[in-house]
Amino acid sequence: MTSLTDLTLSEALAQLRARQISSVELTRAYLARIEQTDRTLGAFLSVTAERALADAAAADAARATGGDNLERERPLLGVPLALKDVLSTKGIETTCGSKILKGYQPVFNATVVQRLEAAGMVLLGKTNMDEFAMGSSTENSAYSLARNPWDVTRVPGGSSGGSAAAVAAGMCAGALGSDTGGSVRLPASYCGITGLKPSYGRVSRYGLIAFGSSLDQIGPMARTVEDVARILNVIAGHDPLDATSMPTPVPDYVAGLQGNIQGMRIGIPREYFGAGLQPEVETAVRAAIRHLEALGAQVVEISLPHTEYGLPVYYIIAPAEASANLARFDGIRYGPRIEKGAMWPTYKATRGLFGPEVKRRIIIGTYTLSAGYYDAYYGKAQAVRTLIKQDFEKAFEQVDVIAAAVAPTTAFKIGQNVNDPLQMYLSDVLTISLNLAGVPGISVPCGFDNHGLPIGLQLIGAAFKEDVLLRAAQAYQTTTEWHHKRPEVKI
Amino acid sequence: MELTHEQIRQIAELAKLDLSAEESALYAGQLTNILRYFERLQELDTSHIPPTASVLPLKNVLRPDVAQPPLPPAVALANAADTDAGQFRVSAVLGDE
Repeated sequence: MTSLTDLTLSEALAQLRARQISSVELTRAYLARIEQTDRTLGAFLSVTAERALADAAAADAARATGGDNLERERPLLGVPLALKDVLSTKGIETTCGSKILKGYQPVFNATVVQRLEAAGMVLLGKTNMDEFAMGSSTENSAYSLARNPWDVTRVPGGSSGGSAAAVAAGMCAGALGSDTGGSVRLPASYCGITGLKPSYGRVSRYGLIAFGSSLDQIGPMARTVEDVARILNVIAGHDPLDATSMPTPVPDYVAGLQGNIQGMRIGIPREYFGAGLQPEVETAVRAAIRHLEALGAQVVEISLPHTEYGLPVYYIIAPAEASANLARFDGIRYGPRIEKGAMWPTYKATRGLFGPEVKRRIIIGTYTLSAGYYDAYYGKAQAVRTLIKQDFEKAFEQVDVIAAAVAPTTAFKIGQNVNDPLQMYLSDVLTISLNLAGVPGISVPCGFDNHGLPIGLQLIGAAFKEDVLLRAAQAYQTTTEWHHKRPEVKI
Repeated sequence: MELTHEQIRQIAELAKLDLSAEESALYAGQLTNILRYFERLQELDTSHIPPTASVLPLKNVLRPDVAQPPLPPAVALANAADTDAGQFRVSAVLGDE
């Protein structure tokens, strides 16, 4: 018999609904798996075991007495999930991977948390991440090293590395991450799972601790496209508490997975297949594109001419926004305070709790926003951002979906890039333009390299066309086997 | 564009960060490389390109002017390191600079 922790979210949900398993059994299985593997993998910053078992028992009781509409009203009833520690959870420590928020217990829930709770989620715990979501490897966590379940000497990717490792190793049925420049898709790719960054404005950011406010988006991570669609159904939609959430109607993304991709036009951007791609990555992604063609898609070569400027634009805009957002951390209203008797010394001592990458980005952002440099850096980057956005708008006049790799390489070794920030930033080169343009993207497993490390196919959709994007991803995934393979975690 | 230690210290002062000598030396080198990397943007003529601050077609998002229940003071203060009489207590603001 397959272990409960090997099930996909959708399979587990079907068994819960058929009363073949209880939520308490399922939750216990995940908690046991966490107990067994997380000392090695470091995927969780906190595990809320007691509360999870209580929520699971409540879900089972609700299901035992529930009416005809229960499963429709509570579409994730009894499903155990994990949340990246960037999401505010009322009464549960939320650190954002930083010492500056050690012990912080939010007094409200993020909108996504409130929606998942209303849908019946069982919360297993909060997952590890790069401090303030700044990083591509989770090595910037102030608390613990996270490891890749496929090879524990390698990083899980970042910044949502804990969520990706937890899903890949069967420690939860699904998870939420956040993606400012690739932080859902990159770890999903490195860990061989499915991860979606929705369109900017599709999911409320209320209660998401802000990094780059014009770029941040919360996204679901799970084993399959169907799993991700089920979570998106719950979290998508307008929220009056987030002025950047769009009032665009939310279709049923699960129902939308049906149907073929006959005649769907898939664009291959030549700029995404340049030098620097690991040969096995390119081979796997090109094979995936041929597979989509065999399923009836029409493949079109396209150009996104300003791709090479994406990285510098991003590394101006994101730190600038971060330097402003992180000004609120001063030890006055929340978090530890290092008292120095007077205000400025107290601020400075308290802000010394930020880690090196966070300080580096605050300094970059403060510099590019400072008088005399604003136009040359920030103003310039905002103009080039327009060109990048226009590239995508033009491309989506020709095609329905764009296909490329998620990352130039598979997961790298722990420590390999820590002393070279620019090299680390290059892992995001194929993902960041989507955040600048606000369009959705998904990572789906499409192969393994010679070391047995997962490779991710990135599919990109037009803004608010998650339904089309998910249908293409579903067509690929349901006719391939990559997502069935599970890592053997060496504990 | 070469950043000096002194410039790094000035930026750190604006950002209210205390940097050690090692940190400012490290950041001066790294940020010089990063700024050099930014220079490639100057290749593009953007004189006629409007800036993008947000990708969304939204403007002036307002909600009905109806009072919402506020956080009770005790809840708002729950995470503060120091409070006094229902308020955040801070150290002296004036007099040290």
